[in-house]
Amino acid sequence: MKNFKKRRSMLYIPGNNPAMIQQGGIYGADSILLDLEDAVALNQKDAARTLVRNMIKVTNFYDAEVCVRVNHLSTPFGLADLEEIVPLQPSAIRYPKTESPEEVANLLKIIEKIEDRHGLPHNKMTLHAMIETAMGVQNVFNIASQFSRVDAITIGGQDLTADMNIIYTSDGAGIDFARKRIVMAAKASHIDVIDTVFPDVNDEEGLRKETEYAKKIGFTGKAVINPRQIEIIHEVFTPTEEEVRKAYRIVKEFRANSAAGIGVFAIDGKMIDAPVVARAEYILRLANVTVG
Amino acid sequence: MKPKIAAQSGTFESSDVIFLIEPRPDNSGRKLEISSTVMQQFGASFNRIVIEMLDQYEMTDIHLIAKDKGALEPTIKARLETAIKRSLDQQEGTLK
Repeated sequence: MKNFKKRRSMLYIPGNNPAMIQQGGIYGADSILLDLEDAVALNQKDAARTLVRNMIKVTNFYDAEVCVRVNHLSTPFGLADLEEIVPLQPSAIRYPKTESPEEVANLLKIIEKIEDRHGLPHNKMTLHAMIETAMGVQNVFNIASQFSRVDAITIGGQDLTADMNIIYTSDGAGIDFARKRIVMAAKASHIDVIDTVFPDVNDEEGLRKETEYAKKIGFTGKAVINPRQIEIIHEVFTPTEEEVRKAYRIVKEFRANSAAGIGVFAIDGKMIDAPVVARAEYILRLANVTVG
Repeated sequence: MKPKIAAQSGTFESSDVIFLIEPRPDNSGRKLEISSTVMQQFGASFNRIVIEMLDQYEMTDIHLIAKDKGALEPTIKARLETAIKRSLDQQEGTLK
């Protein structure tokens, strides 16, 4: 992991809704995603862009990472979004329908030009690439691995099923291959990977089941379309007390053994080596626990 | 500058404000009609923000109607900037 950030939940907030923006930080999501793309009507793009620009400067989002989803550069809105948002340096820009590394290279070139004009560094704000088309799924490893500023990728289930000309089903069958391919690309690139939204806000059991599946196959977190979904997603992605205790013991004994020059050791008859320690350290970071 | 066309921005939702702007005859000055659900507490502040922004954009011969539902200052400024630019036909990066 390049820079550890908790990304269990990423709450979408429509960029043209001041009430939702100003309250966005109180729900405890790990990330806030101010959306200038699909959540904004085509004739309100200017209004949303100006509102997000103003609100981001003064709104307290507490500990949440703040990202802005801009419109694609092939639309009449994408460049104007970047011109307004990049100078504010949110934590990340989320770019929709990313299909190729060439596209990311072009986007970064534009972002860096804007940063140069404003005397800003090129290494502060990161980029999240959304994979929402079949072509994006095919090229995902090259998108995830070639750019130091891409520190997360994410799957957009609704757009992907539309691009594949299939119906989105609650069992996720149609996007299962894409989910796993995107996870593997992220893991190979050592970056985060965020699962798509669960669209039925009234189906809490369905949300829990899908989130558990996403965790099981390797996702770092899940996108959220309603604050009600945050608690369940956090429950699933937060390590249990037993997991934290075990991780604490592993890391503590690893440090003691390392100091004694021992690289591989056993706890309760199970071999502990570097990958197990790395996993334990990740669990402790998620649980905000430090080993004294 | 004088508005070229009638324009509006914002909504009637809580924490938002809606602005309507239209041109007035030459040399007729500004006509402001401002109402707010929080006029008693924040009316003076709202008026100040509107006048400062109209001055900043050098807007004259303008009829402005504002219906505020408790918008914060960044929202008021964003909505008014959008309405002014729309009325000057300076919209960028949107569909009309």
